[in-house]
Amino acid sequence: MKELLMGNEAVAWGALAAGVSVACGYPGTPSTEVLETLAKINPGWVHVEWSVNEKSAAEVAIGAAYTGARALITMKQVGLNVASDPLLCVNYVGVKGGLVIYVADDPGPISSQTEQDTRHFAKYACIPAFDCSSPEEAFHMVQDAFAYSEKYGGPVILRSTTRVCHSCAPVEIPQVSPPSVIPEFEKGSQWVIFPRLSFLNKQKLAAREPEISRDFCQYPFNQRIGEGKIGIACGGISYAYVKEAIEGQEHLFQILKIATPYPFPEDLALSFLTDTEKILVFEELDPLIEDELIYLSGKKGICAHISGKRDHSVAAAGELSAAAIRRTLSAHGICAEVAEPQPAADLPHVPNRPPVLCAGCPHRASFYAVKKACSEQQAIFCGDIGCYTLGNAPPLNMVDTCLCMGGGVTLAQGLFHSKIQDIPFAFIGDSTFFASGINGVINALTNQAQLILIILDNGTTAMTGHQSHPGLGKTISGQTVTPIRIEHILTALGLESVQVVDPLDYPRALAAVKTALQQNGVRAVIFRSPCVALLKDTVPLKVDEPRCIGCNRCIRELGCPALSAHQHKAVIDATLCNGCGLCRHICPQSCIV
Amino acid sequence: MKSCLLCGVGGQGTVLASRIIADAALAKNWFARTAETIGMAQRGGCVVSHVRIGEQVDSPLIPPGKADLIIGFEPGEAVRNLHYLKPDGMVIVCDKAIQPTAAFSSQPYDANEMLIYLQNKISRCHIILCQNIYDACGTLKPLNTALLGAMAQSGMMGLSLENIQNALQKKIKPHLLPINMRALEIGAKSI
Repeated sequence: MKELLMGNEAVAWGALAAGVSVACGYPGTPSTEVLETLAKINPGWVHVEWSVNEKSAAEVAIGAAYTGARALITMKQVGLNVASDPLLCVNYVGVKGGLVIYVADDPGPISSQTEQDTRHFAKYACIPAFDCSSPEEAFHMVQDAFAYSEKYGGPVILRSTTRVCHSCAPVEIPQVSPPSVIPEFEKGSQWVIFPRLSFLNKQKLAAREPEISRDFCQYPFNQRIGEGKIGIACGGISYAYVKEAIEGQEHLFQILKIATPYPFPEDLALSFLTDTEKILVFEELDPLIEDELIYLSGKKGICAHISGKRDHSVAAAGELSAAAIRRTLSAHGICAEVAEPQPAADLPHVPNRPPVLCAGCPHRASFYAVKKACSEQQAIFCGDIGCYTLGNAPPLNMVDTCLCMGGGVTLAQGLFHSKIQDIPFAFIGDSTFFASGINGVINALTNQAQLILIILDNGTTAMTGHQSHPGLGKTISGQTVTPIRIEHILTALGLESVQVVDPLDYPRALAAVKTALQQNGVRAVIFRSPCVALLKDTVPLKVDEPRCIGCNRCIRELGCPALSAHQHKAVIDATLCNGCGLCRHICPQSCIV
Repeated sequence: MKSCLLCGVGGQGTVLASRIIADAALAKNWFARTAETIGMAQRGGCVVSHVRIGEQVDSPLIPPGKADLIIGFEPGEAVRNLHYLKPDGMVIVCDKAIQPTAAFSSQPYDANEMLIYLQNKISRCHIILCQNIYDACGTLKPLNTALLGAMAQSGMMGLSLENIQNALQKKIKPHLLPINMRALEIGAKSI
């Protein structure tokens, strides 16, 4: 039976059909739903876990693959940076059971720090890579990836992008059965990475590259389509956009669809190069296919006319679209110019709508308390990755820096050691603290930095859709385990001051930050209050209209989406308000009830 | 192939609505693709779902000027995405504005201005009155279902009210079905 599956759900079903035994990952848009789905459809024989970060996830999965079991690792593209240490090494060592690294790239970027391209990582790491163009292809490719991983005895990357991860298409739900492999770890020197072993194995990796390239020329998702004289090379979701862009004019074109960007299927590409008069390359992120074609034409002495990102025929950054492809084709005189519908000139003013902290979000209260406590002090607010990055928006303006997961805690130390006068604050969420914030705290203590650590503990991994983490005592499969308390960790590390406060209790929250300001060394305030999206049956507040003097202080200072002004007076949208009560503490008239 | 763009504000239920359209298409043995906004924008930002159904669908994203139907969960968002509509396309739009967070809006935002613009500009524009949904259901939560009712009644996607009802039955928790069926009916009557 066919069901509508999201690309990420299709990957989960494909992995289950392929007999995966161990699946690990760390949440990150747009990759998160793979593990969530796997945990949901798990017939019982798969170990599924949210690991503390991508590096740990990779190492757990590698250990499983050493025994002959099939293992899957999932992450977003910046997570790949965290996992790159084990992943770059494991290719030298090899695996016994299939090891598939699923990485979701984010052209745009839509919800990421970078627009990096995992296909380049694959080439750099010498790890064969598959690139899927639709959910139904992703379903098949993850199974193929396991088979190739075992065929060549090393890890394989399956790369996807947001519009494949988060688009749905009908996929046949497979019959699944438990993996038949009996796991066994055979002791031997091959599992211990030493310089001599790496020297020998690098030779093997280099030798197998042309072999896999030839093998990939037979891979059914690598395709040459059509017999036209104008070549279009593409891969991943750009293939879907190309098909729409050339609809009705297919006879003009010949498409080279690259499903395995590394090792590049050279023989297939060579016939495409010699059989076309002009080539356009449409791909998101980096010009990888384009560079491979240019390299190949140079190597073979072919005079090819190749256009793409390198000659600015295609935009260097951002998502592609059928419309953008049409524009490039018409700029090259290949297709007639089609007037592209634009927003009308007489359009009424439509309001900006940037994402905001939810109404009742405890992070707003935490930021506000710190802001007020620091009203007479120079302070720098180092943010981190999570919902609370949204604290940068006015009127809070409470995020001065944001770089990478766990980076705020350590970045704050650099500010301190540079001897600036401002007090460094580091804000970090609970899940991010476990992922990579702990190391930064240890670094601060041992290297005598002074900073105020603010842990925004909302009891979940909120931004990616409420995943569990070690502080919660619940696994992805719902099993109860011993929760790891953040305050216990901090106290054990030797922090002299660790205060735990409810940020919605404004007077105490303010007092806690003021106390921390008087202290030295690394001192922590843990603001603990559950994510408002997890609360049920909250009661909205109201403005007692006759008493409201229309000062709009609540609106100006908090930026809460439930608060707006109507005829100068404050109004609370009852459908949005969660009754957190922060605005009550700000109202000079005490007219919010 | 029929293409429908659903646009609104994070939290309004556009994702569920687009899945229901796609599921209803699948039940008719059609092909379907959707593309949805998931991630940071869901926190009160603009969200858009693309749904394309028919015998063959190559790309999940609707190019500008190619939507047969725009379902606006919010008047301003319908206006913002109007360039996606085909010249003879239809707009179904809910009349209730969601005010952007006050800190970000320098100018006041008037939903009526949006609705008047849509009515003047689009010959086939249907406004769904939230008050009717509220009166029948006691809540605006099933707004997405009401809009689906209007969509089915319009015939623009080739899906009948019965097709949507069947899809809802598979997707919605049993105790929420009665209220959603009422919303569906209200939506259908609005066309």
